[in-house]
Amino acid sequence: MERIPILRMGHFLLVTIQVDLYDQLAENLESDLVHMVKKTQAKGVLIDVSAVSIIDSFMGRILGNIANMSKIMDAETVVVGMQPAVAITLVELGLPLKGVYSALNVERGMQLLHSKIIFDQEEEEAEAEGDDDDHSIE
Amino acid sequence: MTIVKEQDVVPFRNRVKEYAVKMGMSLVNQTKLITAASELVRNLLKYGKGGNVKIEVINQGRDNGIRLTFVDQGPGIENIELAMKDGYSTGKSMGLGLPGTKRLVSEFNIQSSVGKGTTVTIIKWKNG
Ligand SMILES: Nc1ncnc2c1ncn2[C@@H]1O[C@H](COP(=O)(O)OP(=O)(O)O)[C@@H](O)[C@H]1O
Ligand SMILES: [Mg+2]
Repeated sequence: MERIPILRMGHFLLVTIQVDLYDQLAENLESDLVHMVKKTQAKGVLIDVSAVSIIDSFMGRILGNIANMSKIMDAETVVVGMQPAVAITLVELGLPLKGVYSALNVERGMQLLHSKIIFDQEEEEAEAEGDDDDHSIE
Repeated sequence: MTIVKEQDVVPFRNRVKEYAVKMGMSLVNQTKLITAASELVRNLLKYGKGGNVKIEVINQGRDNGIRLTFVDQGPGIENIELAMKDGYSTGKSMGLGLPGTKRLVSEFNIQSSVGKGTTVTIIKWKNG
């Protein structure tokens, strides 16, 4: 069966979609990615859609599912390189890509993920510290 | 063109694109048209159990455009008004196909009778 390759880069997974997806391929990608996030404990998923000329409600839902499932496993999803015409069309179709961050290109996407992860860590640390001297909450 | 299986979808989308490119339709309008076509062909397969699609180039005054007709002999739609609502789906999906498509094209027409089938016609004008 045809599959879209998933590359591991440190804490992140990178998927480059080179073809217009048909349904089976999209569904395979969803389950493969969810598996990989779990297996590798990845902190972020980058999906490069710069070569994709059509995203309909089915594909949009797959992207949303990937983001939701990843989130549950503590990973953020960034969709990179969406063509402007595709973005405009998605808005008019009525499909807000909830929980999906977007970035101009893979490099920016990586920066975004790094900032998210570092920010999350700092926040957690701050919270942990805050707990020590914050008694008013109880 | 006959559409009976999932593998027929990509060739159909490519045909629509060829026509749109040839007429010089802008990229945004092309993308809207092909996305709409993708939604409707998906409905035709999923709910209509396959059917026929027609691609036509049409003229009106100085503008020309593409008309797509989707015909199936499936179960039909009981309540079209409801089916046209954002988020309404009997197939556990997004329920954006019909209402979203209507927003993406210049003209949208749907006719359906229960037990007989569904016909959806859309037009996208080159400059519309
Ligand atoms: N060709 C068709 N034949 C029968 N029912 C249809 C057809 N197209 C759409 N429908 C009905 O209209 C509903 C809404 O369609 P749509 O807006 O495309 O959303 P979705 O495909 O996500 O269900 C479908 O759930 C289905 O009940
Ligand atoms: Mg649909």
